Amino acid sequence: MIHIPALRLGKLYKSLATVKLVHHVTGDSVAEISQINGSQIVRDISRMGEARAELQAISMAKMVAMVKEAGRIFASENLPCGSESQSFEDYIRCLSATTGSPMVFCKRNAGKVEFVLRNIDTILAGLTRGINLEILDAGHGTMDGRTLCFSPTCESFGAILPSNSPGVHSLWVPAIALKIPLVLKPGREEPWTPNRVLQALLKAGIPPMALNLCPADHAGAGEILRGAGRSMLFGDSSTTDPYRNDHRVEIHGPGFSKILLGEDQADNWRNYLDLMLESIAANGGRSCINVSGIWTPRHGKAIAQALGERLAQVQARAWDDPKAELAAFANPDVAERISAMADNLLQTPGAVDVTEKIRGSSRLVREGRCAWLLPTIVNCDTQHPLANKEFLFPYASVVECPQSDMLKIIGPTLVATALTQDQVFRKDLMNSKYIDRINLGPIPSTRLTWDQPHEGNLFTHLYRQRAFQQSSF
Amino acid sequence: MEAKIKAAKERLDAQVREIVQWHFSPDTGTPFWLDKAKSYKFNPLKDVHCFEDLKLFGTFEDEWLRGGPVQRWVPRGLQGKPVYVFETGGTTGLPKSRIVIDDFRIDYEMMSETLPDKYFPRGSNWLMLGPTGPRRLRLAIEHLAQHRGGICFCIDLDPRWVVKLIKMRQIEMANLYKEHCIDQSLTILAGDHDIKCMFTTPKLLAALDEALRAGKLEDKFRSLGKKVPPGGLRSIKSCGITGIFSGGTEFTPEFTREAYEEMLDNGEVYMTPTYGNTLMGLACSKPIGPEDQFKISYYAPQPRAAIQVVNPKNYDQVVDYGQTGRVLLTTLTMEFFVPSFPERDEGEREPPYDKFPWDGVSGVRTFSELASSTVVGVY
Repeated sequence: MIHIPALRLGKLYKSLATVKLVHHVTGDSVAEISQINGSQIVRDISRMGEARAELQAISMAKMVAMVKEAGRIFASENLPCGSESQSFEDYIRCLSATTGSPMVFCKRNAGKVEFVLRNIDTILAGLTRGINLEILDAGHGTMDGRTLCFSPTCESFGAILPSNSPGVHSLWVPAIALKIPLVLKPGREEPWTPNRVLQALLKAGIPPMALNLCPADHAGAGEILRGAGRSMLFGDSSTTDPYRNDHRVEIHGPGFSKILLGEDQADNWRNYLDLMLESIAANGGRSCINVSGIWTPRHGKAIAQALGERLAQVQARAWDDPKAELAAFANPDVAERISAMADNLLQTPGAVDVTEKIRGSSRLVREGRCAWLLPTIVNCDTQHPLANKEFLFPYASVVECPQSDMLKIIGPTLVATALTQDQVFRKDLMNSKYIDRINLGPIPSTRLTWDQPHEGNLFTHLYRQRAFQQSSF
Repeated sequence: MEAKIKAAKERLDAQVREIVQWHFSPDTGTPFWLDKAKSYKFNPLKDVHCFEDLKLFGTFEDEWLRGGPVQRWVPRGLQGKPVYVFETGGTTGLPKSRIVIDDFRIDYEMMSETLPDKYFPRGSNWLMLGPTGPRRLRLAIEHLAQHRGGICFCIDLDPRWVVKLIKMRQIEMANLYKEHCIDQSLTILAGDHDIKCMFTTPKLLAALDEALRAGKLEDKFRSLGKKVPPGGLRSIKSCGITGIFSGGTEFTPEFTREAYEEMLDNGEVYMTPTYGNTLMGLACSKPIGPEDQFKISYYAPQPRAAIQVVNPKNYDQVVDYGQTGRVLLTTLTMEFFVPSFPERDEGEREPPYDKFPWDGVSGVRTFSELASSTVVGVY
């Protein structure tokens, strides 16, 4: 069995405490992971000033080159995974085995990680809005005749990572390229990707001390959030709420992403069905950028029916089936609880589960040790508790709402794809305080532009601009 | 070894007979037990001859310890003696109370004999970095220090407030409170009191280590106008501590290894974990170290208390050696009789060994069926 050790200051650390990971279908042991104590994490974080100094001594040009090289290594070479040497294909199989995410998804998401590593210069240009990266070497410089000066906000960057989608690992990767040491707590079932990225970075020549993989319990996660100067936290609202007002923590919780149809386009809704389907169900519908609400001034029932008919055809398929469209729940109890929660909310009058009527069967599918949740489209009014709800499977509400009210009541929305050519509505959308990312026009919510920030700007999280003057003596 | 095990068992059976006679005799008995005996279908004075006979009493329900009058627990034979009351929990509803007269002194004097003088020098002073309030530990550590010829310095620590903060999810406030506790201990350590020994819990040990490494004791010295000694004060060893007596169920092998390797200079500062509570007294551990992967095995102070590791579905059935079970506790002192109390912990049954020729328990952790509803190790 594979043993995945922690990585403490770049050195492998085999703990006396381990957690076992099993195959979501067979229940066979796949790996055991060393678990480290919160106090060990705190001790290592206290050394991050030294690690930061090592990174600072390297030029940005060299850092970028090393991260790009890590992208090549990540996708093509055998890399250490504890006691074993792991190929990219083995990595994908292990990732799928313990998370329940189909291999086809895992491969696609690993591709995103590889893309970000290989194109880190483009990503950094997007995050920094094109500053000359050499400015980060000296701390100051000039661009277009103006003095620019940046100082780091922290000595290390922590990330409390999820297990549900390996694509999220593309989000923390730029931190190391920006010369900030990493302290990562992997999701319980997903140590594979962070381990592989860190091993690729090591092989590419990044100073080991700046690379920390800290599998730990909730208390360990708390120590990372307390100790690292800046961090990133993934989780549902019960996990993220305590940190909502902590500026040091960038929260990645539910997205409540939406498609908004304007008065001018509502009658053309059939033209956007494929866009809606992709936005709802791409990547198994588990991402915060998947749409969980379609808001339209009219035709709500017809849109729900059309989406329901298409999504009712989606079936639960095995993890190694190339046609798989849904991720399995490695813990079937979680699927049961989510489905029961949806059923419970459907008891409130005013909502119809359109897909269940079409399908004639429950959304919950159990087979052996695992379970799936089939796509669900609910038609309801704006005040219904299911109108603004997000679940860990392809789910969307279709609600009717006058355009004039939409932006008052949509609530926080990570991605809004607005289908309108109405210039006044477009202007209102641009001014909306609720929307994080705006797609004007028929752009699926799941399609990212990599040269723009996502859920906060990692560069401004890790660096602050300050005034700087100097004169000769 | 067989002879030692047999002798220990005979002592335990004799203790059972003596203690049951004491607590159920009309002259010396405990009002609670005398009253309880009226409902028994057996006669404790005639039918209890050995440890196994304690099964007749069934399991002890800790709910009996909530509320008063607490005097019902004072044996008639000890009437007139000064009585302490120690409490556990107490964040919701009534706390559980236990009366004590001399037990804590006896328990800790016995434990004192297991402490190596090299690391816990006689006459040296102690720091009690642990809970205060209506708890046995505060007085017991102070008595231990005095028994060994030293003086004990204490901090103020209210664990009930910490539990409330955690339940309110006020994590930042809980951390501030922890810092407040550590700051008090730094003030004591900066006071030239020649402190060499310490009691602490795993969490506070780690917090003290973190504060020392961050230079907070050195800062304290400077703020008091004192010179930082050569070599600095950035480790537990460097601030003069040579022995640590520590307690808490979160003593996992990995934490113990971390303490040994990363906080205590690879065992140069001696640490002995203990397992105990207000009901039992305290159990000592076999010496810890890398040779057995930092495994911690506890042994109750038999015959005054005994630990069994039992099938959680059938408390009468002791599990095999090495197997996991719930910890069942029995206390057998003149002050307090507790037969077969299911602790909130589980662990693996350990065989007798030379120093403690009776059963022990290792890998102690919160009983899995209670783990999600229990807040442990808050300080």
